[in-house]
Amino acid sequence: MSGPSTYEPKSGFTRWLDDRLPIIRLGWDSFVDFPTPRNLNYWWTFGGILAVFLMIQIISGIILAMHYVPHESMAFDSVERIRRDVNFGWMIQSMHANGAAFFFVAVYLHMFRGLYYGSYKAPREILWILGVVIYLLMMATAFMGYVLPWGQMSYWGAMVITNLIGALPFVGDAIREWLWGGFSVGQATLNRFFSLHYLLPFVIAGVVGLHIWALHVPGNGNPVGLDVRKGDSGKKDTLPFHPYYTVKDGFAIIVYLMVFATFVFFMPNVLGHADNFIEANPLSTPAHIVPEWYFLPFYAILRAVTFDIGPIDAKLGGVLAMFGAIAILFVLPWLDTSRVRSMRYRPLTRWFFIFFVLACLGLGWCGAKNPDDLVFVMGHDAEGHEVGFKFLWFGQLLTLYYFAYFLVILPIMGIIEKPKERPASIEAAVLGTDKS
Amino acid sequence: MKMVHIIAAGLAALGLTATASALEGDAHAPEKREWIFSGPFGTYADGDHGERYQLQRGLQVYQEVCASCHSLDLISFRNLGQAAGPFWDERFENPNDNTVVMQIAANYQIWDGPNDDGDMFQRPGIPADYFPAPFENEQMARAANAGALPPDLSLIVKARSHGADYIYALLTGYGEAPEGTDLSPGQYYNEYFTGGAIAMAAPISFDGQVEYADGTEATVEQMAEDVTVFLAWASDPHMEARKSMGLMVLLYLFVFAILVYLAYRQVWANVEH
Amino acid sequence: MTEHNGAPDGHGQEPSRRDFIYIAAGGAAAVGGGLVAWPFVDQMNPAADTLALGSIRVDVSQVSAGSEITVMWRGAPVFIRHRTEEEIADARDVDLSALPDEDARNENAGMEGAPAYDANRVLRPEFLIVKGNCTHLGCVPTSQETSQGGEYEAWYCPCHGSHYDKSARIRRGPAPENLPVPDYFFESETVVKLGLSGEEAANSGWAVA
Repeated sequence: MSGPSTYEPKSGFTRWLDDRLPIIRLGWDSFVDFPTPRNLNYWWTFGGILAVFLMIQIISGIILAMHYVPHESMAFDSVERIRRDVNFGWMIQSMHANGAAFFFVAVYLHMFRGLYYGSYKAPREILWILGVVIYLLMMATAFMGYVLPWGQMSYWGAMVITNLIGALPFVGDAIREWLWGGFSVGQATLNRFFSLHYLLPFVIAGVVGLHIWALHVPGNGNPVGLDVRKGDSGKKDTLPFHPYYTVKDGFAIIVYLMVFATFVFFMPNVLGHADNFIEANPLSTPAHIVPEWYFLPFYAILRAVTFDIGPIDAKLGGVLAMFGAIAILFVLPWLDTSRVRSMRYRPLTRWFFIFFVLACLGLGWCGAKNPDDLVFVMGHDAEGHEVGFKFLWFGQLLTLYYFAYFLVILPIMGIIEKPKERPASIEAAVLGTDKS
Repeated sequence: MKMVHIIAAGLAALGLTATASALEGDAHAPEKREWIFSGPFGTYADGDHGERYQLQRGLQVYQEVCASCHSLDLISFRNLGQAAGPFWDERFENPNDNTVVMQIAANYQIWDGPNDDGDMFQRPGIPADYFPAPFENEQMARAANAGALPPDLSLIVKARSHGADYIYALLTGYGEAPEGTDLSPGQYYNEYFTGGAIAMAAPISFDGQVEYADGTEATVEQMAEDVTVFLAWASDPHMEARKSMGLMVLLYLFVFAILVYLAYRQVWANVEH
Repeated sequence: MTEHNGAPDGHGQEPSRRDFIYIAAGGAAAVGGGLVAWPFVDQMNPAADTLALGSIRVDVSQVSAGSEITVMWRGAPVFIRHRTEEEIADARDVDLSALPDEDARNENAGMEGAPAYDANRVLRPEFLIVKGNCTHLGCVPTSQETSQGGEYEAWYCPCHGSHYDKSARIRRGPAPENLPVPDYFFESETVVKLGLSGEEAANSGWAVA
């Protein structure tokens, strides 16, 4: 889709540079004169928002690392010193902690957009897979970052998650000990998590580079899911990225930043947990260990497997289900058999998708609750205790739907569903000239 | 647009679960109170000229009541004189020079050393020193409190669900144990504490327990409120700077958003989309 | 439908208004970028706990005549010597021309470039207060009292052999300057405050002799 470059160096220096390192040409072709479908809606602005938040996290993180001490007896106090004594430290720390949450909100919306508009389908499979890789790296980074303040949730969260590895047969214990660098979560663990937490964002930035590269080969998808036409008529389907989408992305970024600023300045701890303001104590476990909210759906899937499946015991089964929930995204491009990208033209699957989003939210709800809590009460037993529909069962139901969506619904719907009629081109869709 | 609504509803549901998950244990949920620092414009200032009398009274309650068992490890005397602190005085930009703070610090004996003979010694505190802990270590604290550890109070308001509301409810929530409650010796009944049995006797138990320097009548409720406000400040000493800066940032972003939106409308003015 | 291939400029019926909005939006971005940079720069400045120890008070009542103490201030030693009458007389009985560095090196307000008379290096003649790093390469000179005082029986830097006199002025050796006098004043008869606020500096009592 990216045709011949339209960049023309104007000064002597840029001509000289262009012959040696055509970096301005690269930027021009990628972000200025890049032909972009003219019908992108606001769901397409989350890519730009994510780039901004990656920057915010890296910059604020580098600053925090200037003041943070990765030592089990000093880490907690050093974070408090950042909040109390370092100039603007309270703000930078709040940006980093809330920034992680807003990064995940944006990435989830970005992913749901991709699922709805079929952005994972040919020829964008690699683009999608790179995105899932970024998501995995983000989860690892966020998990290790949450350990660093060395509060009670940091410590016990690290304990629970690393213990999951111990569920692996044969090698589990050895790998867990290797991760810990000892016989429990401790100084060695904290120190290496700090090192890796510093490293991974740069790996993410690298994969983001590949992600953008893979995006710019086929070009953006779009809400109607049609390819940009070849040749001159393609020009009528697209607009140059700048200024049309720079200004649109810019507006979306500012609005998103306003919500972000509201959290950073007016409710900096709402997304956190009170127990993390208590220093890590290996002798006392908090009443409820819950991960950060952005992991809750996977936490619910982990806990949904409460039964042995053949030779796989429940614990390992839960771990496999949790990792499987992410791994399945890698093969999604080949599970969806429909040749129609956009759900706009898939009347049935569209509803399954909406239920899928609700299932993910519901799983998050289950993850935050005790499995034995009740979703709703149906009566009382002989001893007067309330009985009803347990969160465990709700979570199991939703987990089933989560996997069924990918393994059953998408493969079958692609074959049996009759898609709605699609417009002839992006231009036609925009102008409404041939809407049936 | 349908998807917008669905996702907005989903996000709202997530918000609900966050609050729901905060309601933990079988303890009575504390009543939500209106605090001097509540809301986007709330500060700790209650005097006509920005004085912080309530923080000063709260400090007095901490010193005279809480400090015999509870440490305040993260608070240094100079913090009392920093911007928005109890004794903030703009004449002393460096709280190190604040005469009230110097006086408070000097009333404490701080361990220092070793001296030239290799001995540790005590000296009067200076503003850069931290509040000394009542017990030298955790074991000593437990031994003196029948096995219970009085938690450090520097972050207590942030470290408990419901924050200040919980602290106030706990301080004023002592009462007769209902029939059938199991209380071991040295335990007291407090409906706001998880399980109901708390090892701390009611710390603020009668009117006039503290004689306030500013003449405020020291009712139990007044003392509980004052010390809670002080502890809220100790947990979040930059709250005032945070809120005022937040207002500026939001105002700026709002204007910026309007300008960029107008630019967006103009850029797209001639394009059907 | 060809207008989208060019920038939107140049189509307008009201060029001034559309230009204004682009300039205003661009200006707002620049201002915001500038403002947001400041916290990220300022965080590297000394933090509040560091600043709190930027000024200290030293009780000199226990320092008897003929003895000295070394205090740590801002991460480096400061010598506080209670001089005897003879030491003061000795320090003052020096011709300016005999000094390699004729500047008093006094960091107090109003003392810039004062001549290196002993009177310009002390607030009260009996207390000599100087920073304790050799002006050559930063070693800590040894003192006559505790080990080696050098040719002038005061301070001597063992690293490269700089000799300081009883006013801590360089007399012989590679050091280029006298030991500097930090900003201080007597908060009371017995308490010296090192590191002064602007107001204190103005009323500290320092004046060129």
